[in-house]
Amino acid sequence: MSDQSSGNDDQRTGAESFELKIGLAEMLRNGVIMDVTDAEQAKLAQEAGACAVMALERVPADIRRDGGVARMSAVDMIENIQRSVSIPVMAKVRIGHVMEARVLEALGVDFIDESEVLTPADDEHHIDKHDFKSPFVCGARNLGEALRRIGEGAAMIRTKGEAGSGNIVEAVRHLRSVCGEIRTLQSLRPEELMAHAKHLQAPYELVRFVHENGRLPVPNFAAGGIATPPDAALCRQLGAEAIFVGSGIFKSEDPAARARAIVHANTHWQDAAEVMAACRGLANAMEGIEMSTLDESERLANRGW
Amino acid sequence: MSGDRGRRRVGVVAVQGAVEKHLTILEELDVAGRTVLGKDDLAGLDAVILPGGESTTISKGLERLGLVDPLRAFAVAGGAMLGTCAGAILLAREVRNDAVPTLGLLDVRAVRNAYGTQVNSFSASSDPGGDPELAGMRCVFIRAPQLEDPGAAVEVLLRVDTRPVLVREGRILASTFHPELAGDPRIHQLLLEL
Repeated sequence: MSDQSSGNDDQRTGAESFELKIGLAEMLRNGVIMDVTDAEQAKLAQEAGACAVMALERVPADIRRDGGVARMSAVDMIENIQRSVSIPVMAKVRIGHVMEARVLEALGVDFIDESEVLTPADDEHHIDKHDFKSPFVCGARNLGEALRRIGEGAAMIRTKGEAGSGNIVEAVRHLRSVCGEIRTLQSLRPEELMAHAKHLQAPYELVRFVHENGRLPVPNFAAGGIATPPDAALCRQLGAEAIFVGSGIFKSEDPAARARAIVHANTHWQDAAEVMAACRGLANAMEGIEMSTLDESERLANRGW
Repeated sequence: MSGDRGRRRVGVVAVQGAVEKHLTILEELDVAGRTVLGKDDLAGLDAVILPGGESTTISKGLERLGLVDPLRAFAVAGGAMLGTCAGAILLAREVRNDAVPTLGLLDVRAVRNAYGTQVNSFSASSDPGGDPELAGMRCVFIRAPQLEDPGAAVEVLLRVDTRPVLVREGRILASTFHPELAGDPRIHQLLLEL
Protein backbone atom coordinates (compact mmCIF):
# COMPACT_ATOMS: atom_id res chain seq x y z
CA MET A 1 0.00 0.00 0.00
CA SER A 2 2.92 2.37 0.63
CA ASP A 3 4.62 1.68 -2.71
CA GLN A 4 4.03 5.28 -3.79
CA SER A 5 5.27 6.85 -0.58
CA SER A 6 7.00 10.10 -1.49
CA GLY A 7 9.60 9.80 1.27
CA ASN A 8 10.18 13.51 1.84
CA ASP A 9 6.69 14.46 3.01
CA ASP A 10 6.96 15.67 6.62
CA GLN A 11 3.21 15.62 6.94
CA ARG A 12 2.71 12.00 5.96
CA THR A 13 1.25 9.92 8.80
CA GLY A 14 -0.12 6.40 8.98
CA ALA A 15 -3.09 4.77 10.64
CA GLU A 16 -1.37 4.83 14.05
CA SER A 17 -1.97 8.60 14.23
CA PHE A 18 -4.71 9.54 16.68
CA GLU A 19 -6.18 12.01 14.16
CA LEU A 20 -6.85 9.24 11.63
CA LYS A 21 -8.40 7.00 14.29
CA ILE A 22 -10.78 9.76 15.38
CA GLY A 23 -11.37 10.44 11.68
CA LEU A 24 -13.01 7.05 11.18
CA ALA A 25 -15.10 7.56 14.33
CA GLU A 26 -16.28 10.87 12.81
CA MET A 27 -17.30 9.00 9.64
CA LEU A 28 -19.51 6.69 11.71
CA ARG A 29 -21.40 9.59 13.30
CA ASN A 30 -25.14 9.80 12.78
CA GLY A 31 -25.12 6.07 12.03
CA VAL A 32 -26.25 2.74 13.48
CA ILE A 33 -23.69 0.02 14.22
CA MET A 34 -25.22 -3.45 14.48
CA ASP A 35 -24.06 -6.64 16.23
CA VAL A 36 -23.97 -9.59 13.81
CA THR A 37 -22.92 -13.20 14.25
CA ASP A 38 -22.55 -14.39 10.65
CA ALA A 39 -22.25 -13.20 7.04
CA GLU A 40 -25.99 -13.43 6.44
CA GLN A 41 -26.79 -11.14 9.36
CA ALA A 42 -24.01 -8.77 8.26
CA LYS A 43 -25.57 -8.47 4.80
CA LEU A 44 -28.98 -7.89 6.34
CA ALA A 45 -27.52 -5.12 8.52
CA GLN A 46 -25.78 -3.46 5.55
CA GLU A 47 -28.97 -3.72 3.48
CA ALA A 48 -30.95 -2.08 6.30
CA GLY A 49 -28.59 0.91 6.34
CA ALA A 50 -26.10 0.10 9.14
CA CYS A 51 -22.90 2.18 8.86
CA ALA A 52 -20.79 -0.64 10.37
CA VAL A 53 -21.19 -4.10 11.88
CA MET A 54 -19.77 -5.58 15.06
CA ALA A 55 -18.76 -9.18 14.39
CA LEU A 56 -19.22 -11.43 17.41
CA GLU A 57 -19.98 -15.08 18.07
CA ARG A 58 -22.94 -14.57 20.37
CA VAL A 59 -25.02 -11.44 20.90
CA PRO A 60 -24.79 -10.15 24.50
CA ALA A 61 -28.21 -11.59 25.43
CA ASP A 62 -26.88 -15.09 24.60
CA ILE A 63 -23.57 -14.48 26.39
CA ARG A 64 -25.60 -13.54 29.45
CA ARG A 65 -27.79 -16.66 29.12
CA ASP A 66 -25.01 -19.16 28.37
CA GLY A 67 -22.48 -17.98 30.94
CA GLY A 68 -18.89 -19.27 30.78
CA VAL A 69 -15.93 -17.30 29.47
CA ALA A 70 -16.71 -15.00 26.53
CA ARG A 71 -13.67 -14.42 24.29
CA MET A 72 -12.71 -12.73 21.00
CA SER A 73 -14.65 -14.24 18.10
CA ALA A 74 -13.20 -16.90 15.81
CA VAL A 75 -10.90 -15.49 13.13
CA ASP A 76 -12.61 -17.40 10.31
CA MET A 77 -15.99 -16.03 11.28
CA ILE A 78 -14.68 -12.44 11.33
CA GLU A 79 -12.98 -12.94 7.94
CA ASN A 80 -16.20 -14.32 6.52
CA ILE A 81 -18.03 -11.20 7.60
CA GLN A 82 -15.26 -8.94 6.26
CA ARG A 83 -15.66 -10.62 2.87
CA SER A 84 -19.43 -10.32 2.86
CA VAL A 85 -19.86 -6.55 3.39
CA SER A 86 -18.25 -3.29 2.23
CA ILE A 87 -19.04 -1.27 5.38
CA PRO A 88 -16.50 -1.19 8.25
CA VAL A 89 -16.22 -4.31 10.40
CA MET A 90 -15.59 -4.04 14.13
CA ALA A 91 -14.87 -6.83 16.60
CA LYS A 92 -14.51 -7.17 20.36
CA VAL A 93 -11.57 -8.11 22.57
CA ARG A 94 -11.50 -8.82 26.28
CA ILE A 95 -10.53 -5.89 28.52
CA GLY A 96 -6.72 -5.87 28.80
CA HIS A 97 -6.16 -8.66 26.26
CA VAL A 98 -3.37 -7.11 24.19
CA MET A 99 -2.85 -10.21 22.06
CA GLU A 100 -6.49 -10.59 21.05
CA ALA A 101 -6.24 -6.96 19.93
CA ARG A 102 -3.03 -7.69 17.96
CA VAL A 103 -4.84 -10.55 16.21
CA LEU A 104 -7.72 -8.26 15.20
CA GLU A 105 -5.25 -5.63 14.02
CA ALA A 106 -3.51 -8.27 11.89
CA LEU A 107 -6.93 -9.15 10.45
CA GLY A 108 -7.34 -5.52 9.37
CA VAL A 109 -10.46 -5.03 11.49
CA ASP A 110 -11.59 -1.39 11.16
CA PHE A 111 -12.39 -0.76 14.85
CA ILE A 112 -11.60 -2.79 17.98
CA ASP A 113 -14.07 -2.74 20.88
CA GLU A 114 -12.27 -3.39 24.18
CA SER A 115 -15.50 -4.59 25.69
CA GLU A 116 -16.97 -5.34 29.09
CA VAL A 117 -19.38 -7.70 27.30
CA LEU A 118 -16.54 -10.25 27.07
CA THR A 119 -14.93 -11.75 30.17
CA PRO A 120 -12.09 -9.42 31.29
CA ALA A 121 -8.54 -10.72 30.80
CA ASP A 122 -6.97 -8.17 33.17
CA ASP A 123 -8.72 -6.95 36.30
CA GLU A 124 -6.54 -3.84 36.72
CA HIS A 125 -5.34 -2.59 33.35
CA HIS A 126 -6.83 -1.77 29.98
CA ILE A 127 -4.87 -2.03 26.73
CA ASP A 128 -2.40 0.74 25.74
CA LYS A 129 -4.41 1.64 22.67
CA HIS A 130 -2.03 4.32 21.34
CA ASP A 131 0.32 1.54 20.33
CA PHE A 132 -1.99 0.18 17.57
CA LYS A 133 -2.88 1.03 13.97
CA SER A 134 -6.49 -0.02 14.55
CA PRO A 135 -8.67 2.49 16.36
CA PHE A 136 -10.40 1.42 19.60
CA VAL A 137 -13.80 2.08 21.11
CA CYS A 138 -14.37 1.59 24.85
CA GLY A 139 -17.39 1.70 27.13
CA ALA A 140 -17.84 4.26 29.90
CA ARG A 141 -20.41 4.94 32.61
CA ASN A 142 -19.25 8.44 33.49
CA LEU A 143 -16.88 11.22 32.43
CA GLY A 144 -13.92 10.03 34.49
CA GLU A 145 -14.06 6.56 32.98
CA ALA A 146 -14.46 8.03 29.47
CA LEU A 147 -11.40 10.28 29.90
CA ARG A 148 -9.29 7.43 31.33
CA ARG A 149 -10.07 5.35 28.24
CA ILE A 150 -9.30 8.30 25.92
CA GLY A 151 -6.05 8.81 27.83
CA GLU A 152 -5.18 5.20 27.00
CA GLY A 153 -5.90 5.92 23.32
CA ALA A 154 -9.59 5.14 22.71
CA ALA A 155 -10.75 7.05 19.59
CA MET A 156 -14.45 6.58 20.35
CA ILE A 157 -16.44 6.30 23.57
CA ARG A 158 -19.76 4.52 23.93
CA THR A 159 -21.95 4.23 26.97
CA LYS A 160 -21.86 0.77 28.48
CA GLY A 161 -25.57 0.66 29.15
CA GLU A 162 -26.42 -2.88 30.18
CA ALA A 163 -25.66 -5.07 27.18
CA GLY A 164 -28.11 -7.84 26.33
CA SER A 165 -30.75 -6.52 28.71
CA GLY A 166 -33.10 -4.91 26.18
CA ASN A 167 -33.49 -2.27 28.88
CA ILE A 168 -32.50 1.31 28.01
CA VAL A 169 -32.32 2.58 31.59
CA GLU A 170 -28.57 2.07 32.06
CA ALA A 171 -27.62 3.68 28.72
CA VAL A 172 -29.77 6.67 29.71
CA ARG A 173 -28.06 6.82 33.10
CA HIS A 174 -24.60 6.71 31.51
CA LEU A 175 -25.43 9.31 28.83
CA ARG A 176 -26.91 11.68 31.41
CA SER A 177 -23.90 11.12 33.60
CA VAL A 178 -21.27 11.82 30.89
CA CYS A 179 -23.13 14.77 29.36
CA GLY A 180 -24.12 16.22 32.76
CA GLU A 181 -20.55 15.99 34.05
CA ILE A 182 -19.36 17.77 30.89
CA ARG A 183 -21.73 20.65 31.63
CA THR A 184 -20.53 20.79 35.24
CA LEU A 185 -16.91 20.84 34.12
CA GLN A 186 -17.61 23.72 31.72
CA SER A 187 -18.90 25.84 34.59
CA LEU A 188 -15.72 25.51 36.68
CA ARG A 189 -13.03 28.18 37.01
CA PRO A 190 -9.58 27.33 35.59
CA GLU A 191 -7.97 27.01 39.04
CA GLU A 192 -10.57 24.38 39.97
CA LEU A 193 -9.65 22.01 37.12
CA MET A 194 -6.79 20.16 38.81
CA ALA A 195 -8.84 19.27 41.88
CA HIS A 196 -11.66 18.22 39.56
CA ALA A 197 -9.28 16.01 37.56
CA LYS A 198 -8.31 14.38 40.85
CA HIS A 199 -11.98 13.91 41.70
CA LEU A 200 -12.76 12.38 38.28
CA GLN A 201 -9.55 10.29 38.33
CA ALA A 202 -8.93 11.56 34.82
CA PRO A 203 -5.90 13.05 33.01
CA TYR A 204 -5.63 16.82 33.62
CA GLU A 205 -5.02 17.74 29.96
CA LEU A 206 -8.20 15.95 28.89
CA VAL A 207 -10.17 17.57 31.71
CA ARG A 208 -8.95 20.93 30.42
CA PHE A 209 -9.95 20.04 26.85
CA VAL A 210 -13.50 19.22 27.96
CA HIS A 211 -13.66 22.42 30.04
CA GLU A 212 -12.68 24.49 27.00
CA ASN A 213 -14.66 22.66 24.31
CA GLY A 214 -17.74 21.35 26.10
CA ARG A 215 -17.41 17.92 24.53
CA LEU A 216 -15.24 14.81 24.64
CA PRO A 217 -12.15 14.93 22.38
CA VAL A 218 -13.55 11.89 20.51
CA PRO A 219 -17.06 10.96 19.28
CA ASN A 220 -19.51 9.86 21.97
CA PHE A 221 -21.89 7.04 21.00
CA ALA A 222 -24.61 5.12 22.89
CA ALA A 223 -24.80 1.36 23.42
CA GLY A 224 -26.39 -1.19 25.72
CA GLY A 225 -30.11 -1.92 25.79
CA ILE A 226 -31.36 -0.16 22.63
CA ALA A 227 -34.29 -2.27 21.36
CA THR A 228 -36.79 0.05 19.64
CA PRO A 229 -36.84 3.06 17.26
CA PRO A 230 -37.77 5.45 20.12
CA ASP A 231 -34.89 4.02 22.22
CA ALA A 232 -32.53 5.05 19.41
CA ALA A 233 -34.06 8.53 19.14
CA LEU A 234 -33.95 8.97 22.93
CA CYS A 235 -30.21 8.27 23.02
CA ARG A 236 -29.60 10.81 20.25
CA GLN A 237 -31.69 13.38 22.12
CA LEU A 238 -29.59 12.85 25.25
CA GLY A 239 -26.42 13.64 23.32
CA ALA A 240 -25.25 10.40 21.68
CA GLU A 241 -23.74 11.07 18.25
CA ALA A 242 -24.54 7.59 16.89
CA ILE A 243 -25.79 4.29 18.30
CA PHE A 244 -24.82 0.65 18.65
CA VAL A 245 -27.60 -1.95 18.60
CA GLY A 246 -26.61 -5.34 19.94
CA SER A 247 -29.17 -7.96 20.82
CA GLY A 248 -32.04 -5.58 20.01
CA ILE A 249 -32.21 -6.50 16.34
CA PHE A 250 -31.52 -10.22 16.03
CA LYS A 251 -33.32 -11.10 19.29
CA SER A 252 -36.50 -9.42 18.03
CA GLU A 253 -39.21 -11.18 16.03
CA ASP A 254 -38.51 -9.20 12.84
CA PRO A 255 -34.79 -8.39 12.47
CA ALA A 256 -34.86 -6.92 8.95
CA ALA A 257 -37.84 -4.63 9.53
CA ARG A 258 -36.59 -3.61 12.97
CA ALA A 259 -33.10 -2.86 11.65
CA ARG A 260 -34.56 -0.57 8.96
CA ALA A 261 -36.88 1.06 11.50
CA ILE A 262 -34.07 1.81 13.95
CA VAL A 263 -31.96 3.29 11.13
CA HIS A 264 -34.88 5.51 10.12
CA ALA A 265 -35.57 6.68 13.68
CA ASN A 266 -31.86 7.37 14.16
CA THR A 267 -31.77 9.61 11.06
CA HIS A 268 -34.92 11.48 12.10
CA TRP A 269 -34.44 11.52 15.86
CA GLN A 270 -35.59 15.14 16.01
CA ASP A 271 -38.87 14.40 14.21
CA ALA A 272 -41.45 12.48 16.27
CA ALA A 273 -43.69 11.89 13.24
CA GLU A 274 -40.86 10.03 11.47
CA VAL A 275 -40.00 8.04 14.61
CA MET A 276 -43.69 7.10 14.85
CA ALA A 277 -43.68 6.07 11.19
CA ALA A 278 -40.66 3.86 11.92
CA CYS A 279 -42.59 2.08 14.68
CA ARG A 280 -45.53 1.21 12.43
CA GLY A 281 -46.05 -2.48 11.66
CA LEU A 282 -43.21 -3.83 13.79
CA ALA A 283 -43.57 -7.21 15.52
CA ASN A 284 -42.47 -7.73 19.14
CA ALA A 285 -39.19 -6.32 20.38
CA MET A 286 -36.75 -8.53 22.28
CA GLU A 287 -37.83 -9.49 25.75
CA GLY A 288 -36.18 -7.23 28.31
CA ILE A 289 -34.71 -7.70 31.77
CA GLU A 290 -35.79 -5.51 34.69
CA MET A 291 -32.58 -4.22 36.29
CA SER A 292 -33.60 -5.06 39.89
CA THR A 293 -33.69 -8.76 38.95
CA LEU A 294 -30.00 -8.61 37.96
CA ASP A 295 -27.52 -9.28 40.73
CA GLU A 296 -24.58 -6.81 40.88
CA SER A 297 -22.27 -9.65 39.82
CA GLU A 298 -24.39 -10.20 36.69
CA ARG A 299 -24.08 -6.59 35.53
CA LEU A 300 -21.61 -6.36 32.65
CA ALA A 301 -21.28 -2.57 33.05
CA ASN A 302 -19.40 -3.07 36.34
CA ARG A 303 -16.45 -4.50 34.41
CA GLY A 304 -13.71 -2.02 33.52
CA TRP A 305 -11.53 0.15 35.77
CA MET B 1 -33.88 33.23 9.08
CA SER B 2 -33.60 37.03 8.84
CA GLY B 3 -30.20 36.73 10.48
CA ASP B 4 -29.10 34.76 7.43
CA ARG B 5 -29.98 37.53 4.97
CA GLY B 6 -27.05 38.30 2.75
CA ARG B 7 -25.09 35.24 3.89
CA ARG B 8 -24.41 32.36 1.55
CA ARG B 9 -26.45 29.26 2.34
CA VAL B 10 -24.97 25.77 2.15
CA GLY B 11 -26.71 22.51 3.00
CA VAL B 12 -24.99 19.38 4.29
CA VAL B 13 -26.78 16.13 3.45
CA ALA B 14 -27.31 14.57 6.89
CA VAL B 15 -28.21 10.96 6.12
CA GLN B 16 -25.12 9.71 7.96
CA GLY B 17 -21.47 10.62 8.44
CA ALA B 18 -19.25 13.58 9.34
CA VAL B 19 -21.96 16.25 8.99
CA GLU B 20 -20.96 18.39 11.97
CA LYS B 21 -17.34 18.91 10.87
CA HIS B 22 -18.56 20.49 7.62
CA LEU B 23 -21.01 22.71 9.51
CA THR B 24 -18.14 23.87 11.75
CA ILE B 25 -16.05 24.96 8.75
CA LEU B 26 -19.06 26.72 7.18
CA GLU B 27 -19.60 28.59 10.43
CA GLU B 28 -15.95 29.68 10.43
CA LEU B 29 -16.46 31.04 6.90
CA ASP B 30 -19.56 32.95 8.06
CA VAL B 31 -21.77 30.84 5.81
CA ALA B 32 -25.27 29.80 6.92
CA GLY B 33 -25.00 26.02 7.10
CA ARG B 34 -27.97 23.70 7.51
CA THR B 35 -28.64 19.98 7.47
CA VAL B 36 -30.54 18.46 4.55
CA LEU B 37 -32.87 15.56 5.36
CA GLY B 38 -35.53 16.08 2.69
CA LYS B 39 -36.12 17.86 -0.61
CA ASP B 40 -37.70 20.91 1.08
CA ASP B 41 -34.37 21.55 2.83
CA LEU B 42 -32.76 22.28 -0.57
CA ALA B 43 -34.81 25.42 -1.17
CA GLY B 44 -32.72 28.59 -1.35
CA LEU B 45 -29.33 26.89 -1.03
CA ASP B 46 -26.27 28.14 -2.93
CA ALA B 47 -24.44 24.83 -2.56
CA VAL B 48 -24.82 21.32 -1.17
CA ILE B 49 -22.19 19.15 0.51
CA LEU B 50 -22.29 15.36 0.47
CA PRO B 51 -20.11 14.50 3.49
CA GLY B 52 -17.89 11.55 4.25
CA GLY B 53 -19.40 8.54 5.94
CA GLU B 54 -20.36 5.14 4.56
CA SER B 55 -21.30 5.34 0.89
CA THR B 56 -23.56 2.26 1.11
CA THR B 57 -25.44 3.76 4.05
CA ILE B 58 -25.72 7.23 2.51
CA SER B 59 -26.74 5.87 -0.91
CA LYS B 60 -29.59 3.88 0.66
CA GLY B 61 -30.51 6.88 2.78
CA LEU B 62 -30.75 9.19 -0.25
CA GLU B 63 -33.33 6.83 -1.74
CA ARG B 64 -35.18 6.41 1.56
CA LEU B 65 -35.42 10.17 2.03
CA GLY B 66 -36.44 10.80 -1.59
CA LEU B 67 -33.36 12.96 -2.21
CA VAL B 68 -31.94 11.35 -5.37
CA ASP B 69 -33.96 13.26 -8.00
CA PRO B 70 -34.06 16.57 -6.06
CA LEU B 71 -30.23 16.53 -5.71
CA ARG B 72 -29.84 15.82 -9.44
CA ALA B 73 -32.27 18.64 -10.20
CA PHE B 74 -30.33 20.95 -7.88
CA ALA B 75 -27.12 20.27 -9.84
CA VAL B 76 -28.81 20.54 -13.24
CA ALA B 77 -30.26 23.92 -12.19
CA GLY B 78 -26.69 25.11 -11.60
CA GLY B 79 -26.32 24.50 -7.85
CA ALA B 80 -22.74 23.93 -6.69
CA MET B 81 -21.90 20.63 -4.99
CA LEU B 82 -18.98 19.23 -3.02
CA GLY B 83 -18.60 15.53 -2.26
CA THR B 84 -15.93 14.39 0.18
CA CYS B 85 -14.83 10.72 0.28
CA ALA B 86 -18.14 8.82 0.38
CA GLY B 87 -19.69 11.96 -1.08
CA ALA B 88 -17.28 11.78 -4.03
CA ILE B 89 -18.31 8.16 -4.64
CA LEU B 90 -21.97 9.21 -4.67
CA LEU B 91 -21.30 11.95 -7.26
CA ALA B 92 -19.44 9.58 -9.61
CA ARG B 93 -20.71 8.27 -12.93
CA GLU B 94 -20.06 4.67 -11.79
CA VAL B 95 -18.43 2.57 -9.06
CA ARG B 96 -16.01 -0.22 -9.93
CA ASN B 97 -16.32 -2.45 -6.84
CA ASP B 98 -19.16 -3.07 -4.35
CA ALA B 99 -21.28 -0.84 -6.58
CA VAL B 100 -23.84 1.46 -4.99
CA PRO B 101 -26.40 3.60 -6.85
CA THR B 102 -24.88 7.07 -7.42
CA LEU B 103 -26.12 10.48 -8.52
CA GLY B 104 -23.96 10.30 -11.68
CA LEU B 105 -23.09 14.01 -11.71
CA LEU B 106 -19.32 13.67 -12.14
CA ASP B 107 -17.67 11.93 -15.08
CA VAL B 108 -15.29 9.62 -13.15
CA ARG B 109 -15.27 6.00 -12.00
CA ALA B 110 -14.88 5.54 -8.22
CA VAL B 111 -12.95 2.67 -6.66
CA ARG B 112 -14.14 2.10 -3.09
CA ASN B 113 -11.72 1.43 -0.21
CA ALA B 114 -8.98 1.64 -2.81
CA TYR B 115 -6.14 1.85 -0.26
CA GLY B 116 -7.49 -0.93 2.01
CA THR B 117 -9.16 -0.97 5.41
CA GLN B 118 -8.69 1.49 8.30
CA VAL B 119 -5.17 0.17 9.08
CA ASN B 120 -4.17 1.57 5.65
CA SER B 121 -5.64 5.04 6.27
CA PHE B 122 -3.08 7.87 6.04
CA SER B 123 -2.54 11.58 5.64
CA ALA B 124 -0.16 13.27 3.20
CA SER B 125 0.57 16.61 1.54
CA SER B 126 -0.72 17.17 -1.96
CA ASP B 127 1.84 16.72 -4.75
CA PRO B 128 3.66 19.86 -5.96
CA GLY B 129 1.96 21.42 -8.99
CA GLY B 130 -1.77 21.55 -9.47
CA ASP B 131 -3.90 24.54 -8.49
CA PRO B 132 -1.56 27.13 -6.81
CA GLU B 133 -4.41 28.40 -4.61
CA LEU B 134 -4.62 24.95 -3.08
CA ALA B 135 -0.89 24.21 -2.79
CA GLY B 136 0.41 22.24 0.19
CA MET B 137 -3.00 20.88 1.14
CA ARG B 138 -2.79 18.34 3.95
CA CYS B 139 -5.02 15.50 2.82
CA VAL B 140 -6.56 13.07 5.34
CA PHE B 141 -7.57 9.74 3.78
CA ILE B 142 -9.91 7.47 5.76
CA ARG B 143 -10.71 4.16 4.02
CA ALA B 144 -10.52 6.38 0.97
CA PRO B 145 -11.67 5.78 -2.59
CA GLN B 146 -9.74 6.59 -5.77
CA LEU B 147 -11.12 8.26 -8.87
CA GLU B 148 -10.17 6.86 -12.27
CA ASP B 149 -10.95 7.33 -15.95
CA PRO B 150 -11.96 11.00 -15.73
CA GLY B 151 -13.91 12.37 -18.72
CA ALA B 152 -12.64 15.25 -20.87
CA ALA B 153 -14.61 17.85 -18.91
CA VAL B 154 -13.07 16.81 -15.59
CA GLU B 155 -10.20 18.95 -14.30
CA VAL B 156 -7.77 17.45 -11.76
CA LEU B 157 -7.01 20.16 -9.18
CA LEU B 158 -4.86 18.17 -6.73
CA ARG B 159 -2.98 14.89 -6.71
CA VAL B 160 -1.34 12.76 -4.02
CA ASP B 161 1.17 10.11 -5.08
CA THR B 162 0.27 11.12 -8.68
CA ARG B 163 -3.37 10.03 -8.25
CA PRO B 164 -6.22 12.56 -8.58
CA VAL B 165 -7.63 13.47 -5.13
CA LEU B 166 -9.53 16.70 -5.93
CA VAL B 167 -11.41 17.07 -9.20
CA ARG B 168 -13.88 19.52 -10.67
CA GLU B 169 -16.42 19.33 -13.45
CA GLY B 170 -18.31 22.60 -13.88
CA ARG B 171 -19.85 23.37 -10.49
CA ILE B 172 -19.30 19.86 -9.12
CA LEU B 173 -16.29 19.39 -6.84
CA ALA B 174 -15.13 16.08 -5.35
CA SER B 175 -12.30 15.15 -2.99
CA THR B 176 -11.26 11.66 -1.97
CA PHE B 177 -9.81 13.12 1.26
CA HIS B 178 -11.42 15.00 4.16
CA PRO B 179 -10.81 18.78 4.14
CA GLU B 180 -13.32 19.03 7.01
CA LEU B 181 -11.09 16.90 9.26
CA ALA B 182 -7.89 18.85 8.61
CA GLY B 183 -9.76 22.10 9.22
CA ASP B 184 -8.44 23.74 6.02
CA PRO B 185 -11.26 25.97 4.65
CA ARG B 186 -9.83 26.48 1.15
CA ILE B 187 -11.94 23.79 -0.53
CA HIS B 188 -15.14 25.09 1.05
CA GLN B 189 -14.15 28.58 -0.13
CA LEU B 190 -13.61 27.21 -3.62
CA LEU B 191 -17.09 25.65 -3.50
CA LEU B 192 -18.55 29.09 -2.78
CA GLU B 193 -16.60 30.67 -5.65
CA LEU B 194 -17.51 28.11 -8.34
